[in-house]
Amino acid sequence: MSDRYSIEVRITPRPGILDPEGETIARALDNLGYEGIGGVRAGRLVRMEVEADTGEAARATVERMCRELIANPIIEDFEVLIHTAEDGG
Amino acid sequence: MMKVGIVRFPGSNCDADVYRAVTEGLGHEARYLWHKSHDLEGSDVVVLPGGFSYGDYLRAGAIARFSPIMSEVIAYARAGGLTLGICNGFQVLCEAQLLPGALVRNRSLRFRCFEVGIRVERADTAFTNAYERGERLSIPIAHGEGQYVADEATLDRLEADGRVVFRYVDDDGVPTDVANPNGSARNIAGIMNETGNVMGLMPHPERVSLEVLGSTHGLGVFLSLARAVARRADPAASTAKPAGVGV
Repeated sequence: MSDRYSIEVRITPRPGILDPEGETIARALDNLGYEGIGGVRAGRLVRMEVEADTGEAARATVERMCRELIANPIIEDFEVLIHTAEDGG
Repeated sequence: MMKVGIVRFPGSNCDADVYRAVTEGLGHEARYLWHKSHDLEGSDVVVLPGGFSYGDYLRAGAIARFSPIMSEVIAYARAGGLTLGICNGFQVLCEAQLLPGALVRNRSLRFRCFEVGIRVERADTAFTNAYERGERLSIPIAHGEGQYVADEATLDRLEADGRVVFRYVDDDGVPTDVANPNGSARNIAGIMNETGNVMGLMPHPERVSLEVLGSTHGLGVFLSLARAVARRADPAASTAKPAGVGV
């Protein structure tokens, strides 16, 4: 009995890795007059659907994908979010 | 006669430049290796050329790293085979963990495309034996993701082991911030692996390897490889220091 899980993977530059894109966004926000903004980091979002018996099994599969391909652990952190199973399970 | 295998990924665009540098520039043999193949066809040297393999999707080099031929390239490199990654090829070598660290978006966020100065940090490698140590070369770059990053411990180890092969320098041969086109850690333009048989660099030596291109500063990389291959074939043959080329 497998369910279909809707998954989001958030990939962000690791702390300590320069993020010129985030810095540029921060500067642009500053130019627009937004005050008190800090810690802007720009990353990437990958959505997918995964069939698995349990949410934990789906998570384990996606985490393996992240380590192998979706993220580069030298420069990026990833976070796996399991949103819903189609049947609500 | 050195046989150079040049891997063609979808999106490779410097493959023909390497081919002509090897064949017309040096008079050696080159062949293209299709990414779906599993055969290195007896190559003495494998080159991963520049370009935008797989559209640079996900991360530059990330998808190419899983191309069919890469399992052979990785096995070849791990077994001591001479392997050169130029620009996108350098990114692929890092993604494949044949070289440490990673290449990320240029500090400037701009695609940088012009000639840079690089200094030869080692002239006793398979990739640089035709140069002199400290020699300054003028070589073009063309990349958006060429900022070399690695953690401090890795950088220290690269330096201590003498595995930084090329560094971005100014006209006086000094590695300054201004001379650094992409923000690379410690002005690193090229590195090699622990065993000295795998090198990656962001600048394009193949683009300055023929007189008709206006300069032959880059030909020395391929000449060095030819000499390394000859030496491997017959270690007793030539121990004499070859004459420098390029400048």
